[in-house]
Amino acid sequence: MIEATGLTKRYGATVAVDNLSFEVKPGRVTGFLGPNGAGKSTTMRMILGLDTPTSGQVTIDGQRYRDLHQPLTKVGALLDAKWVHPNRSARAHLAWMAASNKLPKDSVDKALEMVGLTAVANKRAGAFSLGMSQRLGIAGALLGDPEVLLFDEPVNGLDPEGIVWIRTFMHRLADEGRTVLVSSHLLSEMALTAEDLVVIGRGKLIAQSTTQEFVDRASGTTVKVRTPQLDQLAGVLHQQQLVTRIEDVENEGKVLFVEGDLTTDQIGETAAAHGIVLHELTLQRGSLEQAFMQMTGDSVEYHAHDEIAAVTQLDAPSGAEVAAGPKEDN
Amino acid sequence: MSVITVERIKLFSTRSPWWCMIVAAVLTVGFAALTTGFLKGADEQQATIFITQPGAQLSQMVMMVMAALAVTTEYRFGTIRTSFQAVPQRAALLLGKTAVVAFLSGVIGLIASFGAWGVGSLFASNADLSINTGAEWRLLAGQGLVFAISAVIAVAVGILIRQSAGAIAILILWPLLVENLVNLIPKVGDDLARWAPFANGSSFLNQGQDFGLAGAGAGGSDFALSPWWALLYFAGWAAALMAIALFSASKRDA
Repeated sequence: MIEATGLTKRYGATVAVDNLSFEVKPGRVTGFLGPNGAGKSTTMRMILGLDTPTSGQVTIDGQRYRDLHQPLTKVGALLDAKWVHPNRSARAHLAWMAASNKLPKDSVDKALEMVGLTAVANKRAGAFSLGMSQRLGIAGALLGDPEVLLFDEPVNGLDPEGIVWIRTFMHRLADEGRTVLVSSHLLSEMALTAEDLVVIGRGKLIAQSTTQEFVDRASGTTVKVRTPQLDQLAGVLHQQQLVTRIEDVENEGKVLFVEGDLTTDQIGETAAAHGIVLHELTLQRGSLEQAFMQMTGDSVEYHAHDEIAAVTQLDAPSGAEVAAGPKEDN
Repeated sequence: MSVITVERIKLFSTRSPWWCMIVAAVLTVGFAALTTGFLKGADEQQATIFITQPGAQLSQMVMMVMAALAVTTEYRFGTIRTSFQAVPQRAALLLGKTAVVAFLSGVIGLIASFGAWGVGSLFASNADLSINTGAEWRLLAGQGLVFAISAVIAVAVGILIRQSAGAIAILILWPLLVENLVNLIPKVGDDLARWAPFANGSSFLNQGQDFGLAGAGAGGSDFALSPWWALLYFAGWAAALMAIALFSASKRDA
């Protein structure tokens, strides 16, 4: 179990991580979610004892990382796939890591085989593609057969094949009963990979819950209605104390959105009772993206634009599969 | 001693250390061939062991570059973080690196000095180049110690500077320029020069040597300390710099 209490990291006047407390439970995949620059990598470096917290602490099974002996047998991590000497072979890279923790001789070959790099084991790591580097990094993380695994943005920049491979791998690791903490700014990815979420924005904890709870809590359901008798329906629904909103949606003209927990049945019946023609009646569930925007929106003080943000969000096809646009590298 | 194994694998699994070691060894031996190869008649008879060693300082520089690079490339490619992740006891890891690099430098120092002496004996066969005084043994065997200690200084500077160009510039300018230029400062200049660390390293080697063709005082006759105290003083600098470097690396964010 990874436990952070009051974790804070300051660089001069900038606060990268601000009084962060969270728990990562054993035997599950926990997603560490936040926009670029939210402090995810800094937090991971503090977990691994690479950066020293300004205040607070983070422990792994009650021990600080820097007090661990032969830590690779307890915690495996991939923070940056490029942390390899480009002129050193993949095998030599793993060999020195194995020697540092007195791991058995065959651990290097096993790890190489697990990630499918046996054929290129003696090639220099500098010639590897990003996907291969990522595999080498994962081999390094698995070298000591650790219970706890940390991955920082493991799918960043990978091709679809690589993404699927990593995703499958994460699930396999969790199925083996390991604790996995994986960070990402790709919410759709987290929805597929993580059972629990730790969400941060601007270095502060925004939420810690299961992925399902997070989505449910953050974004209620909305019903989208298209009708030629827009004002009439809005009037009727107002009398039922429902909150409605009329928006101009591209290619669809004026659309009525009804907020709050309700079913399409209720609105359909109301419309029929008043003889109102409906062209469309759709229930829109909140996506992880929406939930995230709403939660972090508060912390990043975008209040003034909330309404507009919500509308653009609703325009997009809802559900978890939201196209991953070009992402900045952090 | 797993940290020794770790650093040995790291050092020998890339090519540049091999090149540095070969160049370092060849330089001293090559210079010995140049300084003794063209000697004729009376000049040849005046050749001494000291004459065979002019390339040693250059070789020492090359080994210092190798030692500094052993640290700075780790910072450049981020492997230092992987290293600290594998061995969170940073001082132990860095001491392991220092031990491996210093040992190799020492061995190269011995190969260089005795190799140069061998080549000199071959070319200047009419001169008396047999090793028969304590000072002569000190000049040849002592080269190993001076190489090893200067490698420790180089690793310490590498840890402190963390960047190849800066570290190498300091390591080359300091012994070659700074220690000679302080002489020019009025009043205190002479004392500063006599107490400079690398000056004491070479004073350990050069005291009591027969400079032969090079003329007396070529290595500077104004020594602050007797040979072994000079070496200890040089080693003290290395130890102090290493202590500061280890302290800083343990506190700093990697």
